[in-house]
Amino acid sequence: MDARKKDARKKFVIGSLVIIATLVVLAYVGYTQSKTYYHTISEVGAMQGSILQQRMRVSGNVRDGSIQHVDGRVDFVLEEEGKTMPVSYIGTDPLPDTFKDGAQALVEGHLASGGRFQAEEIQAKCASKYQAAPPGAAPAQNPGQTMANPTSSSGNGS
Amino acid sequence: MDIFGSFALLLALVAAVYAFAGGIAGIITRRPLLIKSARNSGLAVCVLVAVSVATLEYFLQTDNFTLAYVAEHSNRALPWYYKFAALWSGQEGSLLWWTFLLSLYAFFALFLNRKKHPELMPYVGVILAGVQIFFLTLNNFVASPFHVLGAADASGVMHMAATPDGSGLNPLLQYPEMVIHPPMLYSGYTGFTIPFAFALAALLGRYPGEKWIHITRRWTMVAWTFQTVGILLGAHWAYAVLGWGGYWAWDPVENASLLPWITATAFLHSVMMQEKRGMMKVWNVWLVFVTFMLCILGTMLTRSGVVSSVHAFAESSIGGWFVGFLIIIFLVCLAAWFKNRDYLRSDNQLDSLVSRESSFLFNNLILLAACFAVLWGTLFPVFSEWFTGSKISVGPPFFNKVNVPIALFLIFLTGVGPLLAWRKTSLDGLRRNFAWPLAFGVASGIAAFIFGMRQIYPLICLTLSVFVTLTILAEFYRGARVISARDGSDIFTAARELTMRNTRRYGGYVVHFGMVVIFIGIMGSAFNQDVERQMQVGQSLNIGPYTILVQSFDEVPTDNYDADRATLEVFRNGKSEMMLYPEHRLYLASQVPETIVAVESSPLRDLYVVYPGPSPDTNQPVIHAYLNPLVKWIWFGGVIVVFGTGLAMLPNRRTALVLRPVEAAHSDPLLGTPARVSAMNPMNRGSDSHG
Repeated sequence: MDARKKDARKKFVIGSLVIIATLVVLAYVGYTQSKTYYHTISEVGAMQGSILQQRMRVSGNVRDGSIQHVDGRVDFVLEEEGKTMPVSYIGTDPLPDTFKDGAQALVEGHLASGGRFQAEEIQAKCASKYQAAPPGAAPAQNPGQTMANPTSSSGNGS
Repeated sequence: MDIFGSFALLLALVAAVYAFAGGIAGIITRRPLLIKSARNSGLAVCVLVAVSVATLEYFLQTDNFTLAYVAEHSNRALPWYYKFAALWSGQEGSLLWWTFLLSLYAFFALFLNRKKHPELMPYVGVILAGVQIFFLTLNNFVASPFHVLGAADASGVMHMAATPDGSGLNPLLQYPEMVIHPPMLYSGYTGFTIPFAFALAALLGRYPGEKWIHITRRWTMVAWTFQTVGILLGAHWAYAVLGWGGYWAWDPVENASLLPWITATAFLHSVMMQEKRGMMKVWNVWLVFVTFMLCILGTMLTRSGVVSSVHAFAESSIGGWFVGFLIIIFLVCLAAWFKNRDYLRSDNQLDSLVSRESSFLFNNLILLAACFAVLWGTLFPVFSEWFTGSKISVGPPFFNKVNVPIALFLIFLTGVGPLLAWRKTSLDGLRRNFAWPLAFGVASGIAAFIFGMRQIYPLICLTLSVFVTLTILAEFYRGARVISARDGSDIFTAARELTMRNTRRYGGYVVHFGMVVIFIGIMGSAFNQDVERQMQVGQSLNIGPYTILVQSFDEVPTDNYDADRATLEVFRNGKSEMMLYPEHRLYLASQVPETIVAVESSPLRDLYVVYPGPSPDTNQPVIHAYLNPLVKWIWFGGVIVVFGTGLAMLPNRRTALVLRPVEAAHSDPLLGTPARVSAMNPMNRGSDSHG
């Protein structure tokens, strides 16, 4: 390899390093702006200190009859394994069509004072059954989901 | 009948196993009859899978609700084309569809090459059969679409039981594009199996010459085109159906489809380094391998719910199978590469930083960086849970921060790269090619700044887009002028002649131009606006230059759904321009509600109106209007890209005739001196008529 080629190679390596370093910095900034922790309801209940400031995602089922519309926000209660968490939806997007009593929901936002969760985004999956399954037959599933084959799934589609 | 379909599927597995084992035995014993029978068995797989797909489709069309799959994904009132699409709307059906498309590709790859490359094809057949065995195992034993609904009678004996009507197709999928988007995307995903098979086969068999790289490149282009169309249709579906005003959310399933597209794009560029300069052979082989692995990973992400997503919201047991398969593929690739790494030794080194070679290297570097960032971001919840114990996800800010600068740098390379000379470019050459386009690009950027555009990325994007477009036009103009001076034709005829003489080069320019148009469309999203308001009949709202007046709200019942409809009149400068009818539907079979967006699309901007129904607080109807500039450019750019790729795959006029006898004489015609290569026109069309 002559000197010119070596030089070209060196320049290429330096250029690459600059590009990669820039991208790593950008990636880190993007990461700190958007990182979101997944927590279960019981973990949220046990939280203390600075982690309360985290942006987080919590999933659970919407308790039947808990959805209330009050002055531009939507309050409801999310429950999972016997634990509950009150949520206020303060986001601007309309609620998803699938958000109703009993739906499985994923809320994203912050914990406000008093243990109430301020959700900015909600994803929901409808858990209702559309038809009574014939006795012994494979349970009917939510067509919105793609699930394992019917012989291996049990219970309703949630 | 269900026995018929599932039996065909089982036979297909048997045939694939024979093609695999018989093929290996044939390679070892070198017995022609054995090799031939293994190949025919590989062809038979496709026929058998087709029978099984046809059977399932027949069940769907005839409303046979004894079949669990039909009962869950269709209903009587569904129009026939959505019954057709129901085939790939659930886990079992879509995996069968995967297998079918894969087998179709394999059929063509084996059939078209049946008399060619006798040293290479047996390996290809074995690899394809290996992939088919995996998917057919899933189809037969893990996610069979032919499960029947059964019920036990009083004595405990099972009987067939049919439901009176199915629970219907997910309304989100009841949209015309859902009939074409999945087949397109799957054709992309499955199509990358063929280049993978050829690359691995060449490596395993130490196939002499560079022929396999042309075959691989050709098939990659086919799969790449399908993947491009699939991704864009998916984005358009998200835009037109999901009703949130955007087309790309960095959702894991969207990302999954982007990953192999990125690596395949990198391959289609770096392969030229190997063809022209004998460089980057190891890199290219690994790009092909990684593309295929990302396809499998993408299918897994879509199907398994490893990462939660709008699409992959469900969890299923199928993920483990894919992980196992990925590990096997990786180990096989690693072993093949390690054993034959001397076969991939490079012939040349980088000569200069300002050269075609280095522009390809940078192109590959940042494409791979983009791929890595997207992959990392997508799988971050999984990794963070492994390493730190808490599951952390990253959102659009992460992806945009990294990928927007990458995209801009790519546009820059798009303009610069193709005009740099191989080995080393002189300063004079740079000035000749780039001075005017660059001047115009910067001028348009400054003009936009004066007219009030202040965001830095859109300004850079505009500057680069003008620059690249002008360099491309200049290329066509320079070449066409030479031809028109020689044979006296007008400049447009000459430009067409120019393109047809070197389809690969000028088709490539068209693809680049299409990408620029797409990027301009994406840039438009920096200027999106939206307004949401509760409205009654007679009220109006303003957005951009438009005024939207509510004329009425009414109900429209159909067989398939009941719709709440808003009738809106749109005014511009006080004049009535159009009527929009956004709907909120309730699908009867599934009882799932859905919003239907009304979009008025023009090249400059889309007016996108959603009627999500009455507000739950006040019971008043709500209208959400978005003004999205330049969105149409994305879809139009996609059309240009596909057109350009089609051009690039055409055989060259003239050169094909000249090249054929030359290539017959040489096993390796493309590794001549650079001077000879450019004299022959950097084409190799004559050799790869396999596609």
